[in-house]
Amino acid sequence: MTNSSLSSYDEMLGADGATRPAYSGYFEWLKDQPPELLRRKSSEAEAFFRKTGITFNVYGNEDAEERLIPFDMVPRIINAAQWRRLSRGIEQRVRALNAFLHDLYHRQEIVRSGRLPERVLKRNSAFLPQMAGFTPPGGVYTHIVGIDLVRTGEDDFMVLEDNARTPSGVSYMLENRETMMAMFPELFTKVRVREVSDYPRRLARSLAACAPPAASGHKPVVAVLTPGTFNSAYYEHAFLADQMGAELVEGSDLKVENGRVAMRTTRGWQAIDVLYRRVDDDYLDPLTFKPDSVLGVSGIMDVYRSGGITIANAPGTGIADDKAIYSFMPEIVEFYTGEKPILANVPTWRCSEADSLAYVLDNLEDLVVKEVHGSGGYGMLIGPTSSRREIAMFADKLRANPDNYIAQPTLSLSTVPIFTKAGLAPRHVDLRPFVLVSPQGIDITPGGLTRVALKKGSLVVNSSQGGGTKDSWVLDD
Amino acid sequence: MLGRSANGIFWLFRYLERAENTARLVEAGFRMALTRDAADASEEWRSVIVTLGLQGAYQAKFGNDYAASNVFNFILRDRDNPGNVLLMVEQARHNARMVRTGITREVWEAVNESWMVLKQELARTVTETRLGGLLDLIRRQSTLVRGAMEGTMLRNDIYYFARAGSFIERADNTARLLDVKYYVLLPSVSYVGSSLDNVQWDNVLRAVAGDRAYRWLNAGRMEARGIAEFLMLDGRFPRSLAFCYAQLRNYLDRLADEYGDRLDTHDIVARTYDWLKSETIESVFETGLHQVIGQFIAANNTLAQQIQRDYRFTE
Repeated sequence: MTNSSLSSYDEMLGADGATRPAYSGYFEWLKDQPPELLRRKSSEAEAFFRKTGITFNVYGNEDAEERLIPFDMVPRIINAAQWRRLSRGIEQRVRALNAFLHDLYHRQEIVRSGRLPERVLKRNSAFLPQMAGFTPPGGVYTHIVGIDLVRTGEDDFMVLEDNARTPSGVSYMLENRETMMAMFPELFTKVRVREVSDYPRRLARSLAACAPPAASGHKPVVAVLTPGTFNSAYYEHAFLADQMGAELVEGSDLKVENGRVAMRTTRGWQAIDVLYRRVDDDYLDPLTFKPDSVLGVSGIMDVYRSGGITIANAPGTGIADDKAIYSFMPEIVEFYTGEKPILANVPTWRCSEADSLAYVLDNLEDLVVKEVHGSGGYGMLIGPTSSRREIAMFADKLRANPDNYIAQPTLSLSTVPIFTKAGLAPRHVDLRPFVLVSPQGIDITPGGLTRVALKKGSLVVNSSQGGGTKDSWVLDD
Repeated sequence: MLGRSANGIFWLFRYLERAENTARLVEAGFRMALTRDAADASEEWRSVIVTLGLQGAYQAKFGNDYAASNVFNFILRDRDNPGNVLLMVEQARHNARMVRTGITREVWEAVNESWMVLKQELARTVTETRLGGLLDLIRRQSTLVRGAMEGTMLRNDIYYFARAGSFIERADNTARLLDVKYYVLLPSVSYVGSSLDNVQWDNVLRAVAGDRAYRWLNAGRMEARGIAEFLMLDGRFPRSLAFCYAQLRNYLDRLADEYGDRLDTHDIVARTYDWLKSETIESVFETGLHQVIGQFIAANNTLAQQIQRDYRFTE
């Protein structure tokens, strides 16, 4: 894959070396900036992030409890027309995801129709039987969604992954913009970029619109549930609670009282109407799920099912972003919307199917193989950059448990330049736009989180694997 | 606000106050030790360790060897000292992260920066050459946090809990200093007016940054009784017990106003406040300086515990 940059689509420069239109305003500004100034700004940015405490905890690395996700100063720019198309595709997909979840936990028409094999659900721990027959307040399952997009050409955007449980990274979207505006204020007077800063307000509004029946008659009380300061995304939990003016609670602050979930305040117990939880399903309720969990609240599921609280995202949404389900997304979109998918899937082989498994085993050196339930870039094989030994070892794991894996071609992801000591250099990127769902509609913030692989030629953009981030611009018309 | 957050902010400011006072104490000890012979210097460092309540941990490591560099490194950064200054600042920052939604960005950044700067400075052994600058830095960082808080925080329950934490801790620290040094302030036959007395008194005042203020108020005359009165009962001096309690009563009353609810906390703070108000330095010495200070420390502790109970700091 070291050569992948050669054939990749670069978002800033065309094959002839000319600047693409989306970047012309930025480039105009950039050519007047002295290189020393940019270098100084780059180190300022790091100091700024450290001071602000925008850190990220890496699991399995005790020495570095908190690490920075590197920030690159060159923005990733998407023009208005491209964004319009993306938005339509994202909205369609998110609508389908919610309809799919509702169907899975009710009549399962999609299974009855034969479009989705029953076995995908049967063996899936992300499917929660406790949710069967229950409709969450407002009928919303995925209040917050992150759709991971990759690009391979001018108009070729594909969905790499749907994040329907607890997508993270939105604080980076916001802080990256703040940082850019603080470092280069004049740039924003030259290029018209759409705002992202009102995301927290929109989130608060969207959550409040999903209040449960028990909240009628007063302004809904919203709280953010975090596993605590040692969680890798703690900064984001605190940031969002702060920006929404909501309480940031931990399991130890909560108990069930009089059919409500209440938090221990300095003035007594106060009922919560909407809980934006950043705790996984398994840890949510020790009475229903993991009995030894201290991160959740005993009895919250009973309160939930009786209309005493809204949990966002709804428990059991994980089934929709499972990688085994992912490969069926084109069918799912068509089944629930009656339309062709606007955004394509990345071609995916399900190793659970004998033909596919045979193909995957024969072509491991060209494929990316992922665990069905994995995330964050852990436990995957990237064929082209792996040694024979690694591939052989992975093949054994694959044969032993084929259902656990899917495979995808190694995509030639698009590149955007990053700022290096030697000047601009292209690196592979992806994009995670953030989507809010409420009974009032689907709200997509223009922009998102661009993750960038900082190593030359690398395709792994995950922050846990050394990726960085960029400010993502959607241009105004 | 959450009870857990109230606890977090209360202790955030207790830790910061303690870190600052510890720096002052070390500074006074260092200065004292510089002007004395080895035996007296060692005795001075021992008294610093005792004041900080660290004698057990210290002796376990160094026995009775109170070499200056051992002492201040132990206090500032030694991992065998669970209450070292670096850990205090680290704990303060941990609490600040926990209550991140309750403090302004500026307060958070000031706390975070204190931790970053001190972590770097205390990563290696502190030499006598570096000590002065370092203690100065600790005080300065503390001042920055206080300034950010004064300038940016809303005056509501969060602020009141922060202030309560600061003044409970400050009152405790001043009282502990008096508790260890009380014999210096007792009227004594042999040393009256001697230069040794002057140095000792000066040192007590320096440890609470009260030397200039005291001199100014007393036209330079040093006298044991006057110093005890100043540190305990003078409501104008910001590190005196009386000042701390006037502040505590004020902020806790405002909390009662905001919540519309007076609790046991308020009776306790009023009782101690009134008690300090009714004392004169003559009555203090009549009862016994040591005994009065002991009573005060206990009362202050009772207040801290009642605040934690009344406002549901923990389950």
